[in-house]
Amino acid sequence: MLRFLVRRTLGALVILLIVSMVTYALFFAIPADPARLYCGKTCSPENLALIRHEMGFDKSWPVQYWNWLSTIFSGGTFNGVHCGAPCFGYSFDKKELVGGILADRFPTTLSLTVGSAVIFLIFGIGTGMLAAHKQGKAADKIASSLSLLASSMQIYVAGPLALWALCYSTDLLDLPTYIPFTKDPIGWAGGLLVPWIVLSLIWTANYTRMTRSSMVEQLSEDYVRTARAKGMSGSSVFMRYAWRGAMGTIVTVFGIDLGVLLGGAIITETTFSLHGLGQLAIQSFIDSDLSLLVGVTVVAATLIVFFNIIVDAAYALIDPRIRLA
Amino acid sequence: MTTPTGATTDGNTSRPGSTSDLADNATTDAPGDPGFRGLSPGQLMWRRFLRDRTGVVSACVVLFFVAVAILAPLISMLYGKNPETHYGQEDVSLLTDSGLPTGPNGGMSGDFWFGLEPGLGRDVLTLLIYGIRTSLVIAVATSLLTTVIGVALGIAAGYLGGKTDYLIGRVIDVLMSFPSQIFLIATMPVVTSLLVSPNEKNPGWLPFVAVTLVLSLLGWMGLARILRGVSLSLREREFIEAAKVTGASPMRIIFKEILPNLWTPILVQSTLALPAFVTAEAGLSYLGVGVSEPTPDWGRMIADAANYLRTDVTFLLFPGLAMVVFVLAFNLLGDSVRDAFDPKTNR
Repeated sequence: MLRFLVRRTLGALVILLIVSMVTYALFFAIPADPARLYCGKTCSPENLALIRHEMGFDKSWPVQYWNWLSTIFSGGTFNGVHCGAPCFGYSFDKKELVGGILADRFPTTLSLTVGSAVIFLIFGIGTGMLAAHKQGKAADKIASSLSLLASSMQIYVAGPLALWALCYSTDLLDLPTYIPFTKDPIGWAGGLLVPWIVLSLIWTANYTRMTRSSMVEQLSEDYVRTARAKGMSGSSVFMRYAWRGAMGTIVTVFGIDLGVLLGGAIITETTFSLHGLGQLAIQSFIDSDLSLLVGVTVVAATLIVFFNIIVDAAYALIDPRIRLA
Repeated sequence: MTTPTGATTDGNTSRPGSTSDLADNATTDAPGDPGFRGLSPGQLMWRRFLRDRTGVVSACVVLFFVAVAILAPLISMLYGKNPETHYGQEDVSLLTDSGLPTGPNGGMSGDFWFGLEPGLGRDVLTLLIYGIRTSLVIAVATSLLTTVIGVALGIAAGYLGGKTDYLIGRVIDVLMSFPSQIFLIATMPVVTSLLVSPNEKNPGWLPFVAVTLVLSLLGWMGLARILRGVSLSLREREFIEAAKVTGASPMRIIFKEILPNLWTPILVQSTLALPAFVTAEAGLSYLGVGVSEPTPDWGRMIADAANYLRTDVTFLLFPGLAMVVFVLAFNLLGDSVRDAFDPKTNR
């Protein structure tokens, strides 16, 4: 297990190096003054000169990339602000350290992810298991049709529709806002309820379909038939045999999805004007704020890679047939 | 038993690929029958597909959208409007001072069936039907491009193995670790600047090509992985070995022996990928980095409509519903194609 983790972590670091390098190179492929890119749209000539000098933009991008990379480990001072390791650089557009901005934005994305993940796991797996249990009956048909319909919905369609139906035309729920959980737990849940509903609607559909199909697959396996043949009750076959078999797939997919969601749900955050990582990504792109965008990208990629490793490790715990060699 | 679409099939007559196929073949295969005609896999697939009612209906819906897209100029000519004219600005009585249509329900009337766009005052119906063109052209082009890349790299990795396989595998790993939405957004200006120098005026085809290239860049890995697996197992089969022993060149083996066995996964995967590209394209436009004005686009229509939610939801309903119906029909069609090709798949 330890060997596996070490090897995978090393592989992940290589991948992150490549991702950050590509992001860096990508932005120097845009024909524009890189100093201006760092400086943002509202930029005074003095500021521009300062940035050129400070960031060494006269150098080629590999050199600059190397500087950026070494700053992560050694820290640095930008515009009079000291930045200790791990230092992700300084946003000249926002006049703040990138690490600080990321830390500010992450709780929003985390809350959005955790809330909707709880909802879609409960409802998705529950409905999927029900549909598999009542395979071919009315309940299954209704669940399957509804989940198919919902999975064809898009957040940019369902989101504005939900805003209209729940907030603007009826005042049923609060307009989406982010209030920190530590400050006001009830306001936190109330402010995020609409985004949770919309985000989990589509994900619930996917998890229903996935749970149903992997349960149906497990139920047709020989060992399930054997368990039934030796007289085991239907419910224990369903829960202890089929569910345990189906769990591997679900955990794998959930782990990967979690990594993606935590990196920022761009469309959801844009639709509901929530200031999380996804919204930060698109904002830094619009402002041409390279250091910030590289920061968001690397954080998002780290989460994806990290959760992939977790998934592989968890898989071995759930399914004893798989050994991590 | 249910089909993956959730609709039950009526008894075993419509169970894809089961007893009824065998029964059909048994009668036609009767020994000594002078009129013996076997069915090609394609014919079998077609028969199974025709028996799947959901599949046929969704195929009709998809064909309807395609027909509307192709006939868009004809339809708008008969209807007497076009997506470029700012009707609301030409006739001041159509829009209020704040840019909203004066009529109820987004200005729906005998003249403007689906109403008027707030602000510019363009006709929603023609924007909608020309918007299908944008979606379809980009989605089909992206599907073709990703299929070509996926097939080439998938077979190369699976059949050649060794270092090639390792290299392609690592490239896929890296691309899969990219936060795809951020990257789609970030690569758009790069691709655009590679295609046209900044001083030139952007030609009309530019956004189409740029979006297609960007979506293709991060869209081929799934197919390549699947095809790698299939060709890896095909490589060990006897008929490939026989071809090698008889001195067939690698090109011949790839094109004549391996590729024909891959058509099923290729076709199934591309049918399933197409709606995903439709939604991805609309998503880019929704975020404001996709196809830009004045090309009609559903994603941008939805984004614009979101600004008027407090006053009128009609602007959202038309592009939103069109999108959901289009994607749903395409998803159902993809599922049916998969069942028709691959009746054994247990889902």
